[in-house]
This record gives sequence, C-alpha cells and structure tokens, in this order.
Amino acid sequence: MSTQDKVIAIIAEQAVLEPSDVTLDSTLEDLGIDSLGLVESIFAIEEEFDISIPFNANEPEQSDFDISNVAAIISGIDKLVSEKA
Amino acid sequence: MKRVVITGAGTINALGHSVPATLEAMREGRCGIGELDFRDVDRLAIRIGGQVRGFEAEGRFNRQQMSLYDRFTQFTLTAAKEAIEQSGLEFHGELSAKAGVVLGNSGGGMQTLDENYRSVYEDGKNRVHPFVVPKLMNNAAAGHVSMQFNLKGPSFTVSTACASSNHAMSQAFQMVRSGMSPVMITGGSESMLCFGGVKAWEGLRVMSKDACRPFSANRNGMVQGEGAGIFVFEEYEHAKARGAEILCEVIGFAMSSDAADIVMPSKQGAARAISGALQDARIDASEVGYINAHGTGTAANDKTECAAVADVFGPQADKLMISSTKSMHGHLIGGTGAVELLACIMALRDGVIAPTIGYEEADPECALDVVPNEARAAKVNVVLSNAFAFGGLNAVLALRKI
Repeated sequence: MSTQDKVIAIIAEQAVLEPSDVTLDSTLEDLGIDSLGLVESIFAIEEEFDISIPFNANEPEQSDFDISNVAAIISGIDKLVSEKA
Repeated sequence: MKRVVITGAGTINALGHSVPATLEAMREGRCGIGELDFRDVDRLAIRIGGQVRGFEAEGRFNRQQMSLYDRFTQFTLTAAKEAIEQSGLEFHGELSAKAGVVLGNSGGGMQTLDENYRSVYEDGKNRVHPFVVPKLMNNAAAGHVSMQFNLKGPSFTVSTACASSNHAMSQAFQMVRSGMSPVMITGGSESMLCFGGVKAWEGLRVMSKDACRPFSANRNGMVQGEGAGIFVFEEYEHAKARGAEILCEVIGFAMSSDAADIVMPSKQGAARAISGALQDARIDASEVGYINAHGTGTAANDKTECAAVADVFGPQADKLMISSTKSMHGHLIGGTGAVELLACIMALRDGVIAPTIGYEEADPECALDVVPNEARAAKVNVVLSNAFAFGGLNAVLALRKI
C-alpha cells in the first residue's frame, strides 16, 4: 500500500466513508472530521508510519504540519518519513 | 436556610506550601511553572508543569503513614492541617458526629498507579505492596482527613475532572446551608505529574510546551499543576458564637451540564452555570467585581468562557475583572477550583486581584479585563469562581466579603 492509500484508508475510517469518497483535495472539514477526529487521525498516522507529527490542537495553523487537505497531509508524512530514514 | 462562611484555608501548590506563601506569589505575579522533574521525563514531549518543590514526605509522615499516603493524600493532609488549625476547631462529641469532608479529585493515586504498573509491566514483578488499593483509591484523601481530624459525618469524594473541587465545595456548601452539618471540610487535590499522567494528557494535544497564557492571543494550551486546597465551611452562627475569624461568606452556587461534547466546551452550558450561581446567591450581575476564571489557556476554553461571561453580564462584563491564576500554578485538574478559591478570598479580604500572567497579545475573542500580568488593588464585594470540566460538567461558586 502506498502512503497515499494508507492515509486515505485512515481518514476514510475516521470519517466513516469509503476510501473512494476521499480525494486528494478533500479537506478534513469537507469529510466531516472534527477536532477530536483530527487528533485521532494524527495519532493513527503516527502509529502507521512510526513518526511524530508536531501538532498542537490549540494552534493547528501554526503547526509545521500542514493539514489543509489530504494531499498536504500526505506530503507532510513523506517529509517526516524521509527525515527519519 | 443557614448562612455559610469560610473559617479556615490551607494549601500546597507550585506557588507555595501555605496560604500566605501562595497569596504572596499571586500578588507578585510569580510563575510556579517550570521544568518537570521525575523519572522518564525525557520520553515526554511536554516537559513543563506546576510541580510542588521541596516537599518531602519523610519527616512529615511516619513510615506506616507513608505506606498508605499517595502524594495526593499527602498534599490533602498538609493543606487540611493548615485550614483546620486556622479555624481553631476541634472535633468531638456532636460536632464530630455531624462534620464531614467532601473533596474533589480526578486522578486518584496516579503516582501509585504509575509506580506499580511500572513494577508489574516493565520490571515484570509479580508482587505489589499490600496497600496499593487503599493508597490509590480516589477517596483515600477524604478518608484520611476524616480519620486524622475525627470527622464522623458525611464524607466522600467528587470526581468531575477539572470541576471536581467546585462540585465538592458546592456539595459541602449545600450541606451546611441546609442545616445538615454545622461544619464541612472541603476543597480538593491532585497529583498527576508523573510519566503516565503527563503522557496521557500529551495525547490529547492540548498542552503547551512553553507556558500557560490564558486569554492571550498567542496562547497555545494548558499546563498541568499539582497540589491541594482545603477549606473549613462553617455555619455562620456557629462561627460567630465561638468568635472565629471569618474569611468570607459562600453565598451561592450552580451546576450545569453541556450535554453536548466530551471535551469541547459550550458557551450555553457555562453561561447557565454562571447565571445560576447569581440566582442562587440572589445577587445582581452588577454586584460581581471579580471572576476567577477557569481560564485554562487552551484556544477553546478561553474564548468560550469569555463569550459566556459576556452573555450573562451584558454591558456589565466590561466593568468586572476576570483572571486566571492557572498561569501561575498550572491546572490542578481535580484540585484546581480549590486552589483558585484562594484568589477569590484574597480579592474579598485583601482587595488584591490576582493577575493573569504570561499575557502577551490581546485576543478580540477574549476582550475582557483579564488583569494582565500584574496584580491590582480593587475593592470587590462579590466574586465568582468558574470551573468547566471535560464531560461538559460545570460548577460555579459565588462568595461575598464579610
């Protein structure tokens, strides 16, 4: 499974949607994921990729990790995974 | 209905090991938050907290007591001693039979849990100390206070996360006001600053890595604290008859539930608790001079709380002062309302309003007089103390100068 497929699977599960309903330009808000759902998604991504995502729910826009849409999340993960390697 | 007054106060927290030391720190706007110091702290992303320093159980408690007292119980007994000594009360006969202790607490003996889980899971031991259960149970502190001071009336522990102490004190207030008991010991305590305790909070991603800055536009989360605040709630005539020094009067309370979300606060729920306390105390909004805010320093709480205050007080909201002392002692979770009640007593008795320290940038969503960074001299006659917990469970107390 590619990073993209894994992330979409995690987000789809959180949003209670089919993976086919999640596109690269979907925002979490579009998908109906609230702040608690976001924190849970980030946790699931950290577990899946064995990375630590710098994210503070008090200032989501100031975190180094861009969550503006699914594509941004995937590229953020790719960056963290490559930094780890 | 009986009138209820406070005739004793005790505390231990990151700002001081007594009420005078704590109030002095609040007047000076001192910060008790610093680098956490305990085992495995290097495995945490959040490494700051309002830890109680220089408190050694050895010497204070004997060996048998130490084997039974988790740190939250140690804090509770230390604060209870100060409060009850100040009140001058001794409990025997009928007073002993009726007086009890209602305390707030959220995590119970978390230090004991942490140590013993480590021992059985990490170290692979198959035997634990025989007193693990009586040491970690949430009502251990209330039980030990009842034993130490001979309180034989109603005693129990209230657990509503961050509102535990306010719910407990509301309960004690009702018991004295209704005539059920002439004296109740009340307040709360918490000691979650251990690896497991902080790690759990870290998971929620609402903690700040650098400071607690309530109401400031650049706030970035809460900071945990630890300690206890204990008070003697006494029926007014009982206190007057024995010539006791009265610190202030407790005049009302209200509790409400958001019935909405397990962690996100609700403006309506908070507003109902605040306006309910005004109604219960039979006071007009214009009489309130100061509110000790819940003010956690999270994005969500502070703007919701300010909106609730603005809703209840209308134009009066601009005339009152509201500060969060969590900026100094951290968030004591189940013990927080108790330690914060000290700032209310200081406002009423000494005419000093404790500041919100760490305040750096105005936030249009928190556009109230938050007493930024420096304590202020002001005469106030009525104050409120807010607590809004996870679970959407709220409790607000009203107090008056006497």
